[in-house]
Amino acid sequence: MRTAPTTSRRGLTSRWGRIAVGAAVVAVAAMLPLLAIDIPGVLPGPTYTPGTLTVLAYAMLIAALALSYHLIFGVAGMLSFGHAMFFAAGAYGLGIVLRLLAPTGIPSEAVFLLAIVITLVIALVLGNLVGALALRVSGISFAMVTLAIAQAMNVMIRRNVGGLTGGEEGVTLTVDVVPDWLVGVVNTRNLYWLALAILVGVYLACAWVERSRLGHVVAAARENELRVTVLGLRPYLVRLFLFSTAAVLAAVAGMGFMLLQSSATPRISTSDFTLTLLVIVVLGGVGYRWGAIVGGIVYTLLDQRLAALASSDAIAGLPDVLRIPLSEPLFILGMLFVLVVMFAPGGIVGLAHRVTRRRGGSRDAREPAVLQDMEA
Amino acid sequence: MTAILTVRGLDARIGGQQVVEDVSLDVAEHGVTALLGRNGVGKSSTIKALLGLTERTGVVTFAGERIDGLLTHRIVQRGIAYVPEDREVFGGLTVEENLRLAERAGAPNRAIIAELFPELLERAKQQAGTLSGGQQQMVSLSRALMNENRLLLVDEPTKGLAPRIVGTVTTALEAAAERTPMLLVEQNLQVVRALAHTVVVLSGGRVVHTGPATAFLDSDLVHRHLGVSTDQEAA
Amino acid sequence: MTTVLLLLITGVGLGALYFLVASGLSLIYGLMGVLNFAHGSFLTLAGFLGWEVGRRVGDGSWAGLLVGMLVGLVVGALVAAITELVFIRALYERHIEQVLVTVGLGLASVALFEGIWGTDPIQIRLPEWLGQTTDVLGANIPNDRWLLIGSAALVLVLIVLFLQRTSYGLVIRAGVENRTMVTALGIDVRRAFTVVFAIGGAAAGLGGVLASVYYGQVGAHQGTSLLIYAFIVTVIGGLGSLSGAAIASVLVAVIQQFANFYLGGTGDLAVVLALAAVLLVRPTGLMGKVTH
Repeated sequence: MRTAPTTSRRGLTSRWGRIAVGAAVVAVAAMLPLLAIDIPGVLPGPTYTPGTLTVLAYAMLIAALALSYHLIFGVAGMLSFGHAMFFAAGAYGLGIVLRLLAPTGIPSEAVFLLAIVITLVIALVLGNLVGALALRVSGISFAMVTLAIAQAMNVMIRRNVGGLTGGEEGVTLTVDVVPDWLVGVVNTRNLYWLALAILVGVYLACAWVERSRLGHVVAAARENELRVTVLGLRPYLVRLFLFSTAAVLAAVAGMGFMLLQSSATPRISTSDFTLTLLVIVVLGGVGYRWGAIVGGIVYTLLDQRLAALASSDAIAGLPDVLRIPLSEPLFILGMLFVLVVMFAPGGIVGLAHRVTRRRGGSRDAREPAVLQDMEA
Repeated sequence: MTAILTVRGLDARIGGQQVVEDVSLDVAEHGVTALLGRNGVGKSSTIKALLGLTERTGVVTFAGERIDGLLTHRIVQRGIAYVPEDREVFGGLTVEENLRLAERAGAPNRAIIAELFPELLERAKQQAGTLSGGQQQMVSLSRALMNENRLLLVDEPTKGLAPRIVGTVTTALEAAAERTPMLLVEQNLQVVRALAHTVVVLSGGRVVHTGPATAFLDSDLVHRHLGVSTDQEAA
Repeated sequence: MTTVLLLLITGVGLGALYFLVASGLSLIYGLMGVLNFAHGSFLTLAGFLGWEVGRRVGDGSWAGLLVGMLVGLVVGALVAAITELVFIRALYERHIEQVLVTVGLGLASVALFEGIWGTDPIQIRLPEWLGQTTDVLGANIPNDRWLLIGSAALVLVLIVLFLQRTSYGLVIRAGVENRTMVTALGIDVRRAFTVVFAIGGAAAGLGGVLASVYYGQVGAHQGTSLLIYAFIVTVIGGLGSLSGAAIASVLVAVIQQFANFYLGGTGDLAVVLALAAVLLVRPTGLMGKVTH
């Protein structure tokens, strides 16, 4: 579908070429904790330091989350405003189940594995329930239902319903039942590798789903519902499968987040957090898997660096008219997003494609098909 | 005869799907040009594309001016009136409101409504959604005909109407065609015979035949392109 | 009985606030097919500016409040119209992009408000009468609810008159039904877009000032949290229907009040369940138009 144009199935654009590039990127990413690369202005410090590794690990988890959102928004063309709830389900689920199981006397390794499995099951059930309800409507109504459900979840988490979620304080990780190699600042590089593994895993899962028959059916249903129905498939069930798959993948990223941050707060279940995902996917390029990853990493790093910039002396000395907007990262990111939507609808990856294709002499990049289809 | 509207290489897409492909046709300065073809062949889409109601590419020239890049309301303001398939009256508005909305700059001729469809005046305060199909078509035609037009685009005006109303509609169109050139999409070949002097036939989104109306309607081309034989016309 | 009456009237008061936000959302969606995520920001900005001007005129006085409400109306209308002209119009007929732009504007503007007025809400002073209660058949109704109900009713009447009596109103009513056909009659429907944005913005702006009366404070997140309820109201009422928005506003707020009181603070959950129920039974909402 969205593979390279047939005219240039050679070199880096062929399938094996791209697998090689992907493997090389992963290998370089895996080596970072062993190296001392310092990119001032982009990273907070050299790549082996825990601070930098934490930022990078966080960026990769957000990228993984964005990838799972890409399945719903970019592939199926469904605008969900509730995706953050599955990320929160992963983070909160792992934290709560670990805390509940910790005093039972089961060996800690078993507790850890069991907690992961239980959390995945919770995410699967939640994904199917929410999807089953929300997918009965489509378009803007679907967006509203997901928004409303996510909002209700957020309220329940904040209110500490059943004494499980800890209200505004959130949930902290019960470290005694977590394997030692994932605990503490000294093990940050292990957490980094875990985050990388999660990102790669989610990427492969998304690639597999997109290339499977189901993925093609969902993409086709986005363009023409009737055609799929004629093929004897029920778009509802296919979409539900995709929705719950994305929910589980988001929960996986959420679990990684819990292990990395050692705590979860209601912030990760807000609709604003889902809107951030939307921003990331569009910023990176709607419809491209790489777009979600690039968007996730660029967004997180920008967010971090803009926050650092906000508290810098250079900004503090400016007059209010400049100082106030520049010291609000979300303001700058929001306006950047608006500009991308208005002037570069293909996002970062779309721009890159346009540049490389023009150089290759072929026709200019397509507009993101998803955006057109959703309007039809 | 010179053309008021020329179309060259028109492509149209709806929801990413191509519905009109490389259509070229002329609409004469006088009289009725009928656009014919089987169901789903792209007749209505062609008219919509001319008006900018679908995505389109190609060259459309109206009275010497390119209009293929203009927004719909600007095209209409140049004096092109549209009578859509399925009438598309505003059901929640009254008849009077429907008509008021359609008044363009210039001198709208309300008298023509009294002349052609007097029963509409009695129903001025009625919600258009509660009218019969025939009455709705009268509203739709009035919206177009009461303005100063230089071209009429009329899409299936007799579709689904009772025979008596078909007669009324045909008479109204005949009168309009004496003053204003018209591009007409019509399935009822008797109506085509009564009104059109030229036919353009579409098949598979392309033009396959252009020529005088009567000659076409009397030939076996009717059967080949429209799937009906001439003596079935009445159907 | 007095409790029921109290909950009912306070519910209608909250519903009035929802309506001020939802009326514009619904009209904008109905005419343009755009769900406006920046609507909450119109409300917040108007709330802040209304308060800033009002307290300079007379902090805690009626004059200050009334001037504040007027400022809210004007700010809401202006900001909304500018948003439409600068951001929405450039993406004419590209609905998803239009929604995305409003999402970006919503996020960015809230951050900007935080930068200017701080992250914590600011307590405000109000005329004394608003803090008192009136006895209605034994129920002590907070007086600010009367202001909310009265303002929303006035806005409803004005919008209806505008829609019924003016030529723009005619274009808007027709456009909500069938926008394409309006353009095919030679009407530049984009002008109606700006008008609808301005009207919706004015209502939301007034809502912003009244929200600060209702909550006793102004804050950067006030608009966003009201926006979510307004979305729910809009969907339950039927996207594009003004009367639907009015009915659903009251319905949602009353349900919320009763569930909060009788079912142990489950108001938000009850609202979501109501939304789910309505969408499952009538996906187009209570008064939704049939799509063609």
